Amino acid sequence: MASNLPGSVRQFGVALRALLVFTAVLGIVYPLVMTGAAQALFHGNANGSIVKIDGKDVASDLIGQAYTMDSGKKDADGKAIMVADPKWFQTRPSASAYDGAASGGSNLGPNNADLIAAIDERRKAVAELEGVDPSQVPPDAVTASASGLDPSISPAYAALQVNRVARERNLPVATVQKLVEDATQGRTLGFLGEPAVNVVKLNNALAALG
Amino acid sequence: MSDTAAGLLQVGLLLVCLAAVYRPLGGYMARVYTSDKDLRVERWAYKLFGVDSKADQTWAVYARSLIAFSALSVVLLYLLQRLQHWLPLSLGLPNVESGLAFNTAASFVSNTNWQSYVPEAVMGHLVQFAGLAVQNFLSAAVGMTVAVALIRGFARAKTDRLGNFWVDLTRTTLRILLPIAVIGTLVLVATGVVQNFSGGHEVTSVVGQTQHIPGGPVASQEVIKELGTNGGGFYNANSSHPFENPNGLSNLFEIFLLLLIPVCITRTFGLMIKDKRQGYAILGVMGTLWAAFTFSATFFENQGAGTATRAAGAAMEGKETRFGEWASALFATSTTGTSTGAVNSMHDSFTPLGGGTALFHMMLGEVSPGGTGTGLYGMLILAILAVFVAGLMVGRTPEYLQKKITAREMKLVSLYILATPTVVLVGASLAMGLAVARASILNTDSPHGFSEVLYAFTSAGNNNGSAFAGISANIPFYNTALGLVMLLGRFVPIVLALALAGSLAQQQPVPVTQGTLPTHKALFVTMLVGVVLIVTGLTYFPALTLGPLAEGL
Repeated sequence: MASNLPGSVRQFGVALRALLVFTAVLGIVYPLVMTGAAQALFHGNANGSIVKIDGKDVASDLIGQAYTMDSGKKDADGKAIMVADPKWFQTRPSASAYDGAASGGSNLGPNNADLIAAIDERRKAVAELEGVDPSQVPPDAVTASASGLDPSISPAYAALQVNRVARERNLPVATVQKLVEDATQGRTLGFLGEPAVNVVKLNNALAALG
Repeated sequence: MSDTAAGLLQVGLLLVCLAAVYRPLGGYMARVYTSDKDLRVERWAYKLFGVDSKADQTWAVYARSLIAFSALSVVLLYLLQRLQHWLPLSLGLPNVESGLAFNTAASFVSNTNWQSYVPEAVMGHLVQFAGLAVQNFLSAAVGMTVAVALIRGFARAKTDRLGNFWVDLTRTTLRILLPIAVIGTLVLVATGVVQNFSGGHEVTSVVGQTQHIPGGPVASQEVIKELGTNGGGFYNANSSHPFENPNGLSNLFEIFLLLLIPVCITRTFGLMIKDKRQGYAILGVMGTLWAAFTFSATFFENQGAGTATRAAGAAMEGKETRFGEWASALFATSTTGTSTGAVNSMHDSFTPLGGGTALFHMMLGEVSPGGTGTGLYGMLILAILAVFVAGLMVGRTPEYLQKKITAREMKLVSLYILATPTVVLVGASLAMGLAVARASILNTDSPHGFSEVLYAFTSAGNNNGSAFAGISANIPFYNTALGLVMLLGRFVPIVLALALAGSLAQQQPVPVTQGTLPTHKALFVTMLVGVVLIVTGLTYFPALTLGPLAEGL
């Protein structure tokens, strides 16, 4: 090597070559090989667990959606105000309005006045929609998730919605109850995480009933 | 099963898994760093680099190599972002603005992975996998090289040579990080994490609304983000995003990955200095602190303090249904005790003292168990301080691992311990003093706003990267200030640690006598836990009282 150069300059030459080699290996070869392997072994997962109904892509099993409808009213900016569509199970409040291109939480602190106001408002709205006492509304129904794309709700919130969905769809409560059970994921291995009802799966099952 | 039983079993399984790999991985890493044989692929690499793998370096040359490599890494990562629009797979996104590009380059090279940007809207696939993910490997490997050099400082005698930076870097990357990452990627994809090069596609839901489902090579990046204790999310919501962390199993696996190397390297340390008990003692200190903070965070999140939290009925704001309080608190403790900074829940919305626990955990300097490499060298330096304090108490010349702790060593240790708090506290005071910086605070109606600022600088200075994310950090002040704090908080301590290693390696070991303080017993473990808490407490207590303590008590 050019050993007549000062040591520090030589180190920069080595550093540059090392960085380029590592970028090729770790930045190009590694992700390409891993993508190839993932696509071959777990095709559905690797591509986002997309669900089709009648041949059309309707959702990812893992990404929550908003089941809302136009209220006919507009907000100050002229955007349509969306309200819960009573024919469907409702997902949690979302700081990103279930926009798949913008995930994130509200980041409001535990004593934040805006958050307290939002919780009160959500509690009233849910209690009214389900026709129950506000004290029966579970915590996940009035709080925004971390990702803004939470596909799941607690079993308690799902149970709260069963009667209303059955009534709106003229279905026996037992039928809806069965669908909720099918969409319920217990703790992994019995103790990892929390039990949750996947609303996307649940509503897609409702849609498949027609 | 009750929530508590499930939560405890979850912690139990994590510990069992770590215990199962402790000896094999710790021993394997020791062989990687002590073997004098190069693999064939490594010989090719050294030829390309222009390096003689048999040539050991002095601490100064080792440090210069490390700094040169990191400096060029910052430049390359900066350029990739500034030019992304003209490169393939940009997803049509524009070039990244200069302040943000500097901040991000500093962030990923310093193993911080602070993110002032929304990845979905700013970084194309190419920057992510060929820039950011590459630094996820390399910055982690750099941390390991420093730890190994310091171990050699203790293990060697009467030499000025600490090993070869390029060899340590290459072996760490190719023999340790890459193989685990390959296996880990497949495990994550099996649980549901995505791995593709698509720009995503549109779906039309059953209520007729369209939604953009994002794509990307996520699993291959997620795995090294945790394994290398980096923490920079592929998506804005980080490990709370269902595509990064789909269920309870992937969640526990990710926590396992981020603790894996910091825990097992204590075994490597014990083997390399030929006294395994010393490794257990260091692990004991790390484990004690981790357990205490995990208990604290879990307790406060389940207790659910805060007016908004009580109005909701539980601390579920900023948490995912599938994780709940237990798995969120476990992740939060593990990510702030290492230098990871990935989050599966939004720390800004934690209860006052739950979020405060995460903040205080980072302030310890991330030694419980700390980042890849950084955790071990940080803890060894605190151990030297503990030995010194003990020496003062009994009036003996302090020794650690048969090396004398003289004035020179203590100066380096003191500077090391002061470096990070200095940049953190000066930065945070500056930000509170400037109106333009104060305007970035989201929760302006309580001491919580100050906590956001303190958290940001603590996270940057300790190279964590998690955030009380309400703060709008993508402004020139924060991009520059936090960028500088990250670089200073990373490389000043590294140079000091290497200087210390050089100084220790030159010494002749002193024989163990009756009067030597045993540093592998419970007494010393307790003492070291005390030193860690007291040093950090005295440094940060005034700042903590203004933020989380004022809000939580």
